Amino acid sequence: MVAQDITRVKSAVAQVARLTAEDVTVGYGGRTVIDGLDVTVPPGVITTIIGPNGCGKSTLLRTLSRLLKPTRGTVLLDGDDIVRLRTRDVAKKLGLLPQTPVAPEGLTVADLVARGRHPHQSWLRQWSSDDDAVVARALAMTGVSDLADRPVDTLSGGQRQRVWISMTLAQGTDLLLLDEPTTYLDLAHAIDVLDLVDDLHEAGCTVVMVLHDLNLATRYSDNLVVMKEGAILAQGHPRDVITTELLHEAFGLRAMVIDDPVGDRPLIVPIGRTQVQPNYRGKSGS
Amino acid sequence: MSAEPKAAVLPGVRLGRVSFVWRPWLVAVTLLLAAATFLLFCLSIGIGDFPIGLPQVIATIFGHGEPVDEFVIMDLRLPRALAGLVVGVALGVSGAITQSIARNPLASPDVLGITSGAGAVAVFLVTVSGGTATAIVDSVGLSAAALGGGLGTGLLVYFLAWRRGLDGFRLILIGISVTAVMEAITTWLLATADIRDVARAQAWLVGSLDDRGWDEVRTALWCTLALLAVVSCVAFQFKPLHFGDEVAAGLGVRYARVRAVMLLCAVLLAGAAVSAAGPVPFVALVAPQVALRLTRCPTPPLAASGLVGALLLIGADLVARTALPVGLPVGVVTAAIGGPFLVHLLVRANVR
Amino acid sequence: MGMTAVERAAPRASTPTRRRRVVGLGALMAILVVTAAVSLAVGARALSPAEVWHGLFAAPEADQRLTEIRLIVRTVRVPRTVLAVVAGIALGVGGALIQGHTRNPIADTGLLGVNAGASFAVVSAITLFGLTNPFQYVWFAFLGAAVAGVVVFGLSSLGRGAGNPLTLALAGQGVAVFLAAMTTAIALTDQAALNALRFWNAGSVAGVGFGVIWPVTAFIAVGLVLALSTLPAINLLNLGDDVARGLGVNIALSRTVGILAITLLAGAATAACGPIAFLGLMVAHVARYLTGPDYRWLVPYAGLLGAIVLLVCDIVGRLVVRPGELDAGVVVALLGAPFFAALVWLGKFKNA
Repeated sequence: MVAQDITRVKSAVAQVARLTAEDVTVGYGGRTVIDGLDVTVPPGVITTIIGPNGCGKSTLLRTLSRLLKPTRGTVLLDGDDIVRLRTRDVAKKLGLLPQTPVAPEGLTVADLVARGRHPHQSWLRQWSSDDDAVVARALAMTGVSDLADRPVDTLSGGQRQRVWISMTLAQGTDLLLLDEPTTYLDLAHAIDVLDLVDDLHEAGCTVVMVLHDLNLATRYSDNLVVMKEGAILAQGHPRDVITTELLHEAFGLRAMVIDDPVGDRPLIVPIGRTQVQPNYRGKSGS
Repeated sequence: MSAEPKAAVLPGVRLGRVSFVWRPWLVAVTLLLAAATFLLFCLSIGIGDFPIGLPQVIATIFGHGEPVDEFVIMDLRLPRALAGLVVGVALGVSGAITQSIARNPLASPDVLGITSGAGAVAVFLVTVSGGTATAIVDSVGLSAAALGGGLGTGLLVYFLAWRRGLDGFRLILIGISVTAVMEAITTWLLATADIRDVARAQAWLVGSLDDRGWDEVRTALWCTLALLAVVSCVAFQFKPLHFGDEVAAGLGVRYARVRAVMLLCAVLLAGAAVSAAGPVPFVALVAPQVALRLTRCPTPPLAASGLVGALLLIGADLVARTALPVGLPVGVVTAAIGGPFLVHLLVRANVR
Repeated sequence: MGMTAVERAAPRASTPTRRRRVVGLGALMAILVVTAAVSLAVGARALSPAEVWHGLFAAPEADQRLTEIRLIVRTVRVPRTVLAVVAGIALGVGGALIQGHTRNPIADTGLLGVNAGASFAVVSAITLFGLTNPFQYVWFAFLGAAVAGVVVFGLSSLGRGAGNPLTLALAGQGVAVFLAAMTTAIALTDQAALNALRFWNAGSVAGVGFGVIWPVTAFIAVGLVLALSTLPAINLLNLGDDVARGLGVNIALSRTVGILAITLLAGAATAACGPIAFLGLMVAHVARYLTGPDYRWLVPYAGLLGAIVLLVCDIVGRLVVRPGELDAGVVVALLGAPFFAALVWLGKFKNA
């Protein structure tokens, strides 16, 4: 069911952006974090939001996912004001994975992923055969079918993250929002998870992620949104966006940008004060 | 993508458009608990100064008993046993909801000071003689008055804590302040009352089912039934809350609203229980934890917690009436069980 | 906002701040002296300052009226004033200390089960040994309070949860509820005990002679010394256990000494006066509002505020129902709680 839904959307030639933020202002308790920001999330690609600590990337993602309500401006989901839609309807179109989700002790993988079907269920219809099939497919897509009967808290960090992504998949949406999906994961598992996200994107999902690792962001995204102090500094394909000037302006980082020998994207090589060969000191070449 | 698995992920029970996940162990244990509760309920009715055998008790309840049995059971024994059942269920479910929301077994549904308010009213009516007191007791009964006092206190706390919105910290501190005032009033009433009334009041304050007649049970019974109906309707939307607010929101649940409704139900259930039996200790803490372990669920199961609560309370009342050399209120027995159980929980949680 | 956590927690106070705090401390002491003087003068029979002076210092004379005055001042007013000051300091310091050690802004000395242990010991002593004189069961009260404090601390120190504020609260509440139920059980079987219990429960500084006050003061003095020795450590502990350990604090030792101090202070005060709830919690918050989070200043302020509040409440208790009296413990809740609630509503207390 997931695959069929996804292909249907793909073939709908959605040149219309899935998610748009128009002149959005968001704050917490009197403090404004984002002021008058516009952003569009193009369909069918992986968009990653990057920026220094405190720039508002998580805030932006949470506003796009309706966890936060903007004090001014609108967020549009497929053309509708997201605030006016029913929560359930939003959940059928948008899947969200927050930063550190918690699961009760002893809950099995199957039960957790099955909970992802909640927006499609009701008091009397709590487990239809459709639900079962979708969950089975979601488990298979993330490769955790064998772990179905294991308690989630006995899994490794990487496995647990796959299970949570599986739950978001079970929601049957083709728009996924992931808030720092690779935090606390070692590099091998982080690559694993991001490869999985790329698979999903290949199958037609639109993905919006917040990542703090710049090189992972450049390698796995088609669209980068660089933020600083609540505003967008640059937007576009990594090859166009990642330059030494931008890195310095956004992050205060001195770095060299070279071609990634393994992939086809730029690679950021930071230049620090120490542990740097003499001919690079005092230079920010490319 | 890998090949599709053939077996079902989770077994389901399906009848037309109605479908549920099939959880055999949970269903079996819950049914067993229900049966055990009914049996203990009937046993509790049968035991007393005038012993009645179990078959006669069951017959009389369903309307086919001897007139002699009928009088004893219907007018004397049934109200008390029913009070134990209703209060036990209310406390068990209230505790399960509170522990689920707070993810903390210490959490008590009494954050609004309802227990202390109900206690102050009850002690007032018991110890103060005179026109107003007897008028109130005669018209609405001690239970309903105590419930009114408790609800009034809860509302007072809520409105005192409201200032451009509700703040959790402010609510708790004001709840503690109001509780302190109520408890001081109660203490002073006890210190100035006639010693004979003090014994009755003190027994009420520790949690007691003595002298509970139909008046006391009626209020609690209807309140509990109504609240259980609400809880059952909301329970399905409550499940995603176990994953935290953000995941719940992502799954389409209006978590703030659902949580507020469930918490209100928990508070009112506790209030109904207190009005009928006084503040019986430990049942709301113990019942969900025992139910959780018996049913092997990751979170406190609502129905099973209620049944365990009923079993605990009726059983404790039985012990209080019969096994002890001198008759004591049921609250003493639940504390005697609950205290060591709490120590056990602490030791288990920390020394692994 | 630009300071690091360390600097914020124990700021090297600038001279104006220091001076302000010293002045504040001096002002509080002055208020205390004045309040104590008022306490000597006020009562069922009002005395003028000259008469008070005469009562305190004059030699015995034949004049009937002057002898009466001397009697009132020396045997009634002075003991209760001294006890109010001593117990007020003990409860104020104890309250501030327990909030500091448990990092819990709703902690009260009752959290350690001190009040419940004292009450239990009192009724047990009366039932087992047939004691009738309050002077006799004071020592049992102290022993009960101390044992309860040690048990709660011991339970909360098991294994992984050692020193965890939540475990302490769980253990404390469990022990307190358990003991309260057992206390009621005993009291319901022995009318003498029930009678004594209800008077005991209304905490009062009246009717205690110097035979009890001096030893209690000695215990409280020891408790104060221990408390003062842990103050710098508390500031560091509030940054988190790991940070504190890194800065050289022996956490186990600090916690143990702290709990010992609280048990001595709260236990001695409760033994002499009976359970006085809410005082510690209230003055700890007010003291924090005045001094900020530096415990080296917060605790002394809390002590002085505790003494002042308890004195004022005792004075008020003597005046409102003349010639009868309202016990200080009751007045603390009836007056203090609304006052505290008003401050909460005005937003004066932040969640520390």
